Amino acid sequence: MPAAITLENLTLGYDRHPAVHHVSGTVPTGSRLAVVGPNGAGKSTLLKGIAGLLRPIGGSIVMTPETRRCLAYLPQAAEVDRDFPITVHDFVAMGALRRVGFFRPFGRAIRIEIEHALDAVGLGGFEARILSTLSGGQLQRVLFARLLMQDAPVILLDEPFSAIDEQTVQDLLGLVSRWTEEGRTVVAVLHDMPLVRRHFPSALLLAREMVGWGPTEAVLSADNTIVARRMVEAIDRSAHICEQVA
Amino acid sequence: MSAYDFLIGPFAEFSFMRRALAGILILSLGAAPIGVFLMLRRMSLIGDAMAHAILPGAAIGYMISGLSLGAMTAGGLVAGFVVAILAGLVARSTSLREDASLAAFYIVSLAAGVTLLSARGSNVDIFRVLFGSILGLDNETLLLMVAVTGLTLIALALLLRPMVLEFVDPIFLSTQSRIGPFVHLTFLGLVVLNLVGAFHALGTLLAVGILVLPAATARLWTVRLPAMLAFAVMDALTAGYLGLLLSYHAGLASGPTIILVAGAFYLISIIVGRAGGIVRQLRPRSHFRA
Repeated sequence: MPAAITLENLTLGYDRHPAVHHVSGTVPTGSRLAVVGPNGAGKSTLLKGIAGLLRPIGGSIVMTPETRRCLAYLPQAAEVDRDFPITVHDFVAMGALRRVGFFRPFGRAIRIEIEHALDAVGLGGFEARILSTLSGGQLQRVLFARLLMQDAPVILLDEPFSAIDEQTVQDLLGLVSRWTEEGRTVVAVLHDMPLVRRHFPSALLLAREMVGWGPTEAVLSADNTIVARRMVEAIDRSAHICEQVA
Repeated sequence: MSAYDFLIGPFAEFSFMRRALAGILILSLGAAPIGVFLMLRRMSLIGDAMAHAILPGAAIGYMISGLSLGAMTAGGLVAGFVVAILAGLVARSTSLREDASLAAFYIVSLAAGVTLLSARGSNVDIFRVLFGSILGLDNETLLLMVAVTGLTLIALALLLRPMVLEFVDPIFLSTQSRIGPFVHLTFLGLVVLNLVGAFHALGTLLAVGILVLPAATARLWTVRLPAMLAFAVMDALTAGYLGLLLSYHAGLASGPTIILVAGAFYLISIIVGRAGGIVRQLRPRSHFRA
């Protein structure tokens, strides 16, 4: 399998302090990777980096320009202004932005696509609802519908199932496995270990440094988990310059 | 007195009333939609600070060439854009306490502006700059307002989609396009343009009223953006006309009366507004089965 994303000795951080430190590895095209680790392990930072929202302070993230242009990113508790008076239809339509652009009207084809996307997340008939009237779980499903519209080859999900009821999680997981069948690459930050074991064939265990990356069972071994738990969360203000090469 | 004499007579009889009406109607078409977006971006107060910040710029223009449209407009625009960019930086960097820095900023601007004006002008001039001279609009000022409103409506039409995106979900927009910062700055530019336009009619203290009040009123009646924009424009147009009429018949200052009428609409809407008014909240209508 060709690599969809390759991390080469990647270091990401804020203010020169690393949050993700010297991580290397590849995400094969069409694979499903879970990113796990304790709080403050750099999981969200890694996704932000891959999404292009954070410039690496060391190493690099290699993707084809096509992938970089088209990847879809669902941030943690998306920074959506839920009070903005926008309909679910118009919100989901944003997913077609790349295809339609800023000026052309959304045609009939897109409208039908939006209906299908909302049906797929179990929100058929919600088109005319205003965003502020949705519950947290419904909003999360609307965000998934927008992801469907993006039709992206690589999809990054940051804790997509937090605060969502069991049934909805199952529905959304169904979507995720369909993405895999369609050959899309999925990278998801997750906390629910049983869910990771059941639905994600490979995992990356982060604790600022990479603890393990490979088949889920091996990565989530007892030894690795203990190593991850020992991670120091605090930033060391007096830290020296890192001289590790790779 | 017939209805005609009361409702139309003042405008038929006096050209300064016709100019005032034209001015406020033209302003409303652009300023009210901008006000709606200002409110939706939770920037109404920043708009207020920006309106005051125009004053020192306009005052410097006044010191150089007296009550000239060009100099005061140019000064106001420059000062407004400087503040818009500063306010943009403040809004984007979360480490600063926005409210405190803005309050400090606008009160200093106001003091600086009045000091500059009083160093050269008369009390009448200060009064004009603070509260506007809607009854003294000349052709050039009206043309300036037409230009401001025209530019605003064209820019809104072109940028509506990216603007809504930038306001609703800026992170998403930044993964899709690099247009976000451009949209933000263009929007701030439109705010400054409309404030400078309104400044000539309503003065530095009241200019922001024509942006903020119709928007807040519209929000109390509808939750849908197109309706909100239309409502705000209608509200501003109505307040402009009724305010002028009232000020004529009751012998009141015109600019403040227009803002007071818009304020009265707002107060009424707080009480009886269909979308979140007090009456609706205290006495909910009977609920549906599902």
